[in-house]
Amino acid sequence: MRFTRNGVIAVSKPKVFEKPTGVKDYLPHAVAKLRRIERDVLECMRRWGYEQILTPTLEYYDTVGVASATSDQKLFKLLNHRGTTIVLRSEMTSPIARVVSSLLKDQPLPLRLSYHANVFRAFEEEAGRDAEFFQTGVELVGEPSPEADAEVIALAIASLRAAGVPSFKVAVGHVGFLNGLFQEALPGRTEEQESLKSFLLQRDHVGYRDALRRLTLDDSVREELEGILRLRGGEEVCRQALRLGSSEDAKSAIRQLCEVWDVLAAYGVQEHVLIDLTMIGDFSYYTGITFEGYASHLGFPVCSGGRYDNLLSQFGRPAPATGFALKTTRILEVAESEADEEGGRTLIVYAHDQRREALVEAERLRAEGLQVVTEALDPASPEWAALRARAARVETFAHRGREYDSLLVYGIGEGERA
Amino acid sequence: MTESGALKVAMPKGRIYKQASKLFREAGLPIPEDFDDSRRLIIPVPEANMEFIMAKPVDVPTYVEYGVADIGIVGKDVLMEENKDVYELLDLAIAKCRMSVIGLPGWKPVIHPRVATKYPNVASQYFRERGQQVEVIKLNGSIELAPLIGLADRIVDMVETGQTLKENGLVEMETLFSVTSRLIANRVSYRLKNGAIQELCDRLGRKIAAVQG
Repeated sequence: MRFTRNGVIAVSKPKVFEKPTGVKDYLPHAVAKLRRIERDVLECMRRWGYEQILTPTLEYYDTVGVASATSDQKLFKLLNHRGTTIVLRSEMTSPIARVVSSLLKDQPLPLRLSYHANVFRAFEEEAGRDAEFFQTGVELVGEPSPEADAEVIALAIASLRAAGVPSFKVAVGHVGFLNGLFQEALPGRTEEQESLKSFLLQRDHVGYRDALRRLTLDDSVREELEGILRLRGGEEVCRQALRLGSSEDAKSAIRQLCEVWDVLAAYGVQEHVLIDLTMIGDFSYYTGITFEGYASHLGFPVCSGGRYDNLLSQFGRPAPATGFALKTTRILEVAESEADEEGGRTLIVYAHDQRREALVEAERLRAEGLQVVTEALDPASPEWAALRARAARVETFAHRGREYDSLLVYGIGEGERA
Repeated sequence: MTESGALKVAMPKGRIYKQASKLFREAGLPIPEDFDDSRRLIIPVPEANMEFIMAKPVDVPTYVEYGVADIGIVGKDVLMEENKDVYELLDLAIAKCRMSVIGLPGWKPVIHPRVATKYPNVASQYFRERGQQVEVIKLNGSIELAPLIGLADRIVDMVETGQTLKENGLVEMETLFSVTSRLIANRVSYRLKNGAIQELCDRLGRKIAAVQG
């Protein structure tokens, strides 16, 4: 891409080092940290009985693409040789729903599955617009109980801990509460309900209050609906919410939330949990408890999840389900522990006459778990002399831009080894 | 985004700052009226447990979206144009004006309508939703010039009193929406600094309600 004289961006052949907008290379130190997070989080999930699965990068638009919670314009679409629309997976929940309903359809429920995968989004308009990023998460399929909701939230908290996120909170809400409340306050007025929800979904509280003022409503109802914007905090929020209105749906949502709260107390993780009834997930996708995790020092959520009891039926195996995804690429920014201390990096240089001995020793050290780099060197070169002198000392040193902890020299003269 | 510590506030420099700081003071927050050294970009206000980040108004939503500021004050015009993922918490009812379509008196439809504006997203959406095809031209200032010299037949711009329009012989044709300043919050701060943000909202909200009666 280049800028022409009148400021228009002209598409020209990219320079050799360019890559498409929104994708990233990860260099060794970042990969080491990413792998450490991935390993520790997946291990944490394994200990909770979740088994890891892999699904393909490509899926059909008409199946997984349509079922996914990602809005249509954010899906990466392409055509295959037959002209069928293919999508790059935008999240892992729909592919897993497809597998649970097909390959695993004879496996009894509940199923506990985990994943770590790269996912793709086109034209991401949110800040930090990555077109490809990593997610690590779980799906718990076949359990409708608040126990299951709480299990997934508690596992999200354990996973954030395992990832090394130093300080975080998880806000928990329930889509049934607002649905019930709106249904009661505006019976049959679907359009008005939708418009109020869309203001909340866009986080536009000013627009929401203005819309309430324009509606014909009893003052008490209006006050109640305005009051939900304040329903954030701890357990007391549930008690406040129970007093609002008399909708049975809303009350049943709050009772579920209270029960999840109690289970989380039994897990001993309440200090990380906030109740937030203003937290709106996508109404068309989530069907119950929803939650989102926030880390200090990061402006974007680090995980999100919730109950989606309608998705599996789209793949022909109706079942309740809940799950979450960690936004692993963002966690990389805030996770505290660095990559594992590598240590044990050994350089073996050898002259041709001792090649066999050098390579046998390298293999032996590798079998012990050390990192070993070998290099053939001419004993007549000045480098050989410098390394020979170095071999007597025990300290880290650099050779050709890499750090090593120890050095072995094989060549001329017997036993010339450090 | 620490859970304790000063609230980071992205404040728009210039006209809106004066009105916003007045509102804050009236709501009982000890905020200085103006700062002697206007070149300072980060200004601690320990009396109110805040830190002001002095920003160009159009950049305020960006600072808040990325979370480098917890909350911010910004005009609805900028929010509509920038379309950032932030909470819009409160209408501060200051810096009142409106977004309007403006043209020369006796405007008649032309074959290739052109609209000059500082708000290309807002203008494009407005005309698109009405099924009108117009070419939107982005300008960065002196928008009123465009119809006078024939660059565009209409403009979309903010109108406060209408004085500038009158002086340039232009008329307001349609109003898109009315504009006031808004209090916005980052998605994470809104939860992790809930207490401080809610208290600020309540204080400002009471003051605004009292003024509006």
